[in-house]
Amino acid sequence: MVKRVETLVVLENKSLAKDYFILVLSSLNEDISDIKPGQFVQVKIERSPSTFLRRPFSIHDVNFSQNTISLLIKIVGKGSLALSGLKNKDTVNVIYPLGNSFSLPQPGKRVLLAGGGCGIAPLLFLGKYLRSHGFVPDLLLGFKDAGQTLELDEYAKIGRVYLATEDGSMGQKGYVTDHSILKSEKYDYVYSCGPEPMLKNIARYCKDRKIFCEVSLENLMACGIGACLCCVVDTVKGNLCTCTEGPVFNINDLKW
Amino acid sequence: MVNIGFNIGDLHFKNPVLTASGTFGYGSEFDDFFDVSLLGGIILKGITLEPREGNPYPRMAETPSGMLNSVGLQNKGIDYFEREIYPEVTAYKTNVLLNINGSTVDDYIALAYRTNKLEKIPAVELNISCPNVKMGGMAFGTNTETARTVIKKVRAIYKKKLIVKLSPNVTNIVDFARIAQEEGADAISLINTILGMAIDTKSMKHSLSTITGGLSGPAVKPVAIRMVWQVAKAVSIPVIGIGGIMNTSDAIEFFLAGASAVQIGTASFIDPKASVIIIEGIKQYLDEKGFSDIKKIIGFINKPNI
Repeated sequence: MVKRVETLVVLENKSLAKDYFILVLSSLNEDISDIKPGQFVQVKIERSPSTFLRRPFSIHDVNFSQNTISLLIKIVGKGSLALSGLKNKDTVNVIYPLGNSFSLPQPGKRVLLAGGGCGIAPLLFLGKYLRSHGFVPDLLLGFKDAGQTLELDEYAKIGRVYLATEDGSMGQKGYVTDHSILKSEKYDYVYSCGPEPMLKNIARYCKDRKIFCEVSLENLMACGIGACLCCVVDTVKGNLCTCTEGPVFNINDLKW
Repeated sequence: MVNIGFNIGDLHFKNPVLTASGTFGYGSEFDDFFDVSLLGGIILKGITLEPREGNPYPRMAETPSGMLNSVGLQNKGIDYFEREIYPEVTAYKTNVLLNINGSTVDDYIALAYRTNKLEKIPAVELNISCPNVKMGGMAFGTNTETARTVIKKVRAIYKKKLIVKLSPNVTNIVDFARIAQEEGADAISLINTILGMAIDTKSMKHSLSTITGGLSGPAVKPVAIRMVWQVAKAVSIPVIGIGGIMNTSDAIEFFLAGASAVQIGTASFIDPKASVIIIEGIKQYLDEKGFSDIKKIIGFINKPNI
C-alpha cells in the first residue's frame, strides 16, 4: 500500500440531493487494487485561490475493473464548493490511499453498517468489500429528510437498508440511533461513520452490549500523512493522528 | 555541473534544501513519495527531554495563503527517540539534524548533553522560538538576555554544529542574530512561525484550542525574506532561510536575500515532493542564469552592479 501523488481524471461529476455530489476519478497510471475500505484521499483544490490546504475525503467506492475511485462529497465550504464545479476530463491532484482501514469481522458474524448524512460515504465500499468476503451486512442510514437521501439503490445491493430521517419523511422518524432495529436485532460487529454525536451514541450502544465497533472519524487535517500532527484524536494511547492511526478507530481506544 | 552544496563550518551539505522541523516528521512519512536521502538535510520534529502530548485539538486553522498551528511540540521524548527512532532515521544518506526544545534552561542543557553523544547527528537546531508552548519555547527567543543565556549554556556543552532558530515575534530580529553569533552559534535559521490568531464567526469562538498559534505558509514569506535579508547583512555565519517557500522561485528569493540554504516547511503538506522538486529547480535556475556555483547568488541583491 504505497501512498502516491497522482493527477486523476474526472470521469463523472454526478449531482445528488441538495449540496451533495459524487466525483468519479480515473487513475491512468497506477494499479489501485491495494485500496482498502475506510481509507481516504487528500485532494488539492486547484481552482480556489482562497483555500490553501488539501481536503480529505473518504473513498466512497472503488471500481477495480475500471480503475476508478468515487468520492461522495457534501458542499460545506470553499474547498468542496470548488470541487463541485469540476467537469468531465478535468484533472485533480490527489494523494492516496491514506489512513488505515476497517477490520474484517470473524466469519459468520452479523454486521451492521450505520451511517449518517455524508458519513455514509465509506460504508458503500466497505459494504461491497464485506459482500466479497461472504458477509451480508444490514445497513442503517440516517438523513435529514427524504429529499436528502443518497445513493439508496447502491446501498440496497449490499444488504437490507433501514432508514431514519429526522422529520420522518422516509423510514423511521428520528436519528439513526433512535431506530428500532437497534433494539430488535442483535449484531456482533458495527461499523459506523457520521456526525460525532451520532458516533458517540453508536459507541455507547455497542459498549453496553459488548459489540465490536469501529468508527471512522473526521478531523481538520493539514498533511494527511502523519507529518504535521494537527489532526489528533485524544485516545487511551495518547494523541493519535487521524490521518495515519485512523481514520478508523476501535471505540475502546477512544475516550468516549 | 552546477555546485549547489553549502557548508556550516566543516559540515558539508550536498545541497541547500533542508526540511523544516515539525513539517517532515521523522522522514519515513515521506518514504513513499521520494528518496529522502536526496535532501541536503532533514531537521526532525522538535524534541524535548520528556514526552509531550502537545496541545488539545483543534490545533490547526487554514488561513488565506497559509495555516495556523498550535501542535505544541508533541513528541515521545529523547529516551524514546534514542531507542526507537535514531537508529532508523540516521540510515538516510544525508545530514539528519535534531531540533531541541526546553521549558527551562536546564532542559536545554540536558538535551545538548544527550544529543552531543549521538554520533550520527552532526548538528542541532536550537529552537528558542516555538510559539505554542506555555513554558519556554518562544519565551527564550524573544528576550535578549534569556536568549543569550540559553545559547551560551548549550554552546558550552554541544561540540558539534549549533544552529539557532530565531523567532520573528520580536522588535528587532537582528539583535538576536548578533547574540547567537557572539555566543558561538555556527549558523542561524529563521523564521519560525509568526504568532497569529483566527476566530470562527459561526461558533463565535477562537479556532485553535490555544487561542493563538503559529502562522506559516506563503502568507509569511515576505516577512521572512525581509528578516533573512536584515540578518544576513548583520552576521558572518551562514543563514538558513525559512518561511513560506512553496517552489523554486520562492527558494531563490531567499538565496538572493542572503540565505546560504533554505528549509521547506508547510509546502510539504500540500505536495510531499515539494522539497526534492525545489532541489532540481535550483540547479536549473543557476544553469539558465549561467552560474556555476550557488554561492554566486547568495546575497546577490546587496552586491554592487558589476
